Amino acid sequence: MSDHEYVPASKFGKWFNDRLPLLSLASHLTDYPTPKNLNYWWTFGGILTFCLITQIVTGLTLAMHYIAHADLAFESVEHIMRDVNYGWLIRYIHANGASMFFLAVYIHIFRSLFYGSYKSPREIIWIIGIIIYLLMMAAAFMGYVLPWGQMSFWGATVITNLFSAIPLVGEGIVNWLWGGYSVDNPTLTRFFTLHYLIPFLILGLVVLHIWALHIPGNNNPVGIDVKKPSKDTVPFHPYIVIKDAFALLMFTIVFAFFVFYSPNILGHADNYIEANPMVTPAHIVPEWYLLPFYAILRSVPDKLMGVVAMLSAILILAALPWLDTSKIRSAVFRPLYKQFYWILVVDVLVLGYVGAMPAEGLYLLIARVATAYYFIHFLIILPVLGFKEKTIPLPLSITEPVLGGMPMASAVKKKESLN
Amino acid sequence: MSEKKPERREFLFTASYAVGAVGVGAVVWPLVDQMNPDASVKALASTEVDVSAVQSGKSITVLWRGKPVFIKRRTPEEIAEARAVKMEDLKDPQKDEDRAKNPEWLVMVGVCTHLGCVPLNDKGDYNGWFCPCHGSHYDTSGRIRKGPAPLNMEVPKYEFVNSNTIKIG
Repeated sequence: MSDHEYVPASKFGKWFNDRLPLLSLASHLTDYPTPKNLNYWWTFGGILTFCLITQIVTGLTLAMHYIAHADLAFESVEHIMRDVNYGWLIRYIHANGASMFFLAVYIHIFRSLFYGSYKSPREIIWIIGIIIYLLMMAAAFMGYVLPWGQMSFWGATVITNLFSAIPLVGEGIVNWLWGGYSVDNPTLTRFFTLHYLIPFLILGLVVLHIWALHIPGNNNPVGIDVKKPSKDTVPFHPYIVIKDAFALLMFTIVFAFFVFYSPNILGHADNYIEANPMVTPAHIVPEWYLLPFYAILRSVPDKLMGVVAMLSAILILAALPWLDTSKIRSAVFRPLYKQFYWILVVDVLVLGYVGAMPAEGLYLLIARVATAYYFIHFLIILPVLGFKEKTIPLPLSITEPVLGGMPMASAVKKKESLN
Repeated sequence: MSEKKPERREFLFTASYAVGAVGVGAVVWPLVDQMNPDASVKALASTEVDVSAVQSGKSITVLWRGKPVFIKRRTPEEIAEARAVKMEDLKDPQKDEDRAKNPEWLVMVGVCTHLGCVPLNDKGDYNGWFCPCHGSHYDTSGRIRKGPAPLNMEVPKYEFVNSNTIKIG
């Protein structure tokens, strides 16, 4: 950390800080030099922290009323909704909070993809982020099982059965996960335990994520290194704090809209039917934030390969810093990458859409094309682009495009050609 | 330094690591194994079903080990259809004779071998079962014919205790 020179003003502060340097840490966090050109896409880190804390607080309070037992779980959730004071509010915040968390994390990830934030020297930040994302998916999946409705039960059955695709030991692993021969009470109790544990693991990883971020400092929309501290940076407090707070306010308006006006729109009506191991709902769909990966799973006609494709689609992201061979971070200066980036965004949205549709006919064909393109983007286009692409010359500092009056790539380009 | 001392030390290190590894294993295994099916789950391993009320062409579904088991009393046409299928047309080749010892009765775990949903009766392209989750079609012998499932629906261990009662498990 950059502020060893910090000395607390008070005598007690100095005494305490010599023994446990919490005040040094606080000083580092407030003075932390931040590139002054960060736009609103950089506010989602703060928003995500808010989401995590919201989920932990509402989750803890729900756990005071929820009963993790196959015979009582469904009823206890209805008890929360009808009898517990403000139970409906806390549960709707928790359920919609999961969706808001994923909305924010997808924006956060796609911001990284656009501005090349995963590139050297920020690979570790990126990989920790991918681990957090995987844990978020695990937590969301297990949380969705807890109300013990039809979608809970059959979602749990389908997802745990993914492991049965493993040759030889698959069956044994699935029975081990279930604690029986089907999804049942032992499965529910362990899912509750793990659902309670994972957010705290995520919290620990968030600390590492931020720690790793504070070593090189933030990337920025121009994607060039800034000297810190310098005229290119501003202190985190108050400049970024107030910007983050404003963005968070806008975000909570969207959040509140879902909680108060359409709290069930992102869920499935089938989950208000109690779990029944004898009847599978006609159309099983995961929550919206898992749909692109579900589409990839279903687009492969072979069971094992389908599971492999789905997992690869997520894990390939961890290799991204090495798959992308371009040294230029920001897509602003990469005219071709910028176009492929938007094609990828559309591709993922298409995958999400077909993931919600039945796996047949035209939908299946579209899912296959979109799945193929997803892998082509990461495995072929990105590695080749780094060598082939003619990039736009970078500005000398993040101040240069600002002083030019227009922080746009086209403006920088124009200026370059005028020179 | 003489040659002997490092050797003695290396031996102590290796021995310590080995004992440590065994100790860690001995501690971890109970923590892993506690998640496996417990004694009370295993105790429910078999169930007896009265099938006297099942009419030809109808089927019943019973719960065994938390999973549905289909017991279908097949019509002569369904049996004929199942037995006429050529082995090379099957993804998981298995004779109907091996799946239904008593051809009139087909007993199988009603769980799709893809990802575990319960297939629907009298549906699909082969007059058997159809899984609504990811579109697997099964024939009148419960064999996979089309779709992502890799295997036929599993035939559990069962026996006729008497002409009206089937014991599954």
